[in-house]
Amino acid sequence: VSATEGLLTGALGTFLAIAAMAAATYGCRVSGVVLMRYVRLTPAVKRGLAALPGAIVVATIVPLALRSGPAAIAGLLTGLVVMSFVRTEIVALVAGLAVAAGARAVGF
Amino acid sequence: VTFTREGLLHGARLALPVIPGLVAYCVAFGTAAAHKGLSSGETLAMSAIVYAGAAQMLSLELWQQVWSPGTLATLALVTATVNARMILMGASIQPWIRQAPTPFNAVNLFFLTDASWLIGARYHAEGGRDLAVLFGAGIVIWVSWVSATLPGYFAGALLPDTRLLALDLILPIFFATMLVPLWRGVRAAAPPWGVAGVVALATQALVPGYAFIVAGALSGAITGALVRERD
Repeated sequence: VSATEGLLTGALGTFLAIAAMAAATYGCRVSGVVLMRYVRLTPAVKRGLAALPGAIVVATIVPLALRSGPAAIAGLLTGLVVMSFVRTEIVALVAGLAVAAGARAVGF
Repeated sequence: VTFTREGLLHGARLALPVIPGLVAYCVAFGTAAAHKGLSSGETLAMSAIVYAGAAQMLSLELWQQVWSPGTLATLALVTATVNARMILMGASIQPWIRQAPTPFNAVNLFFLTDASWLIGARYHAEGGRDLAVLFGAGIVIWVSWVSATLPGYFAGALLPDTRLLALDLILPIFFATMLVPLWRGVRAAAPPWGVAGVVALATQALVPGYAFIVAGALSGAITGALVRERD
């Protein structure tokens, strides 16, 4: 283990790399909560926060689905449709997975 | 502030459906880390204290045998970029958790991850206030994540193809099903969701990486803030 000329080798370098990632990740986990302390909860901010969970989900899965191909899209839509009828996550999840796995099995 | 044993168990139970997908993902991470030459202890430490799947996977692409302050800073920056969605997740639950003591929130937020946030957000949207639900879901997911790391590290190559069972799609499908309880009517949900989807797609086409999540989600939230409820 040595640190010469700004280069970190061996276990020390790896330790620092993992620590840097951990710090960056924890910073992301807490900073949204900390920042919101300084934002006044006006009606508009409340509406924005109320819309945020759905917006995060849509922004995550729409590009992911289109990138993952027809089997993934079929699975996501099945999950969505089944969920709106039965309102039980596990049933909707299994149905979506079955459709996606089936679509892949037949070559999509 | 509510924090009950029942809430803890409820949160843990709500997290169970996503466990198989997370385990498959973390096994894949353990296998990839072994190929990159990380030790088993380093791999386990990364899962335990970084605890963020996409960032862990991507970091292996940037992994160095020798680190300099510059490459360490790049690694931290890339990690923060991949995890920037967590800033928005935290902001969205802040009105719920703000009354809890700061040390408690500091611990609870360490375990915050996509699935536990979504479980908590849904629970809160339906009127629930017990913070133990968020904590219970986070703990169960963290334990599964950490437990799956070393089996992946040592035996990942022996496992069957998870793609065939669509295990890689558990989390996206779980996310999709969660849209149903988050729907609050056409006027409240359709404009922000539509904008979020369009902006995310456009950003994905133009900017590499995971910026599309943050860009889409922020545009959706701003749209939500601008659309007034009917008087």
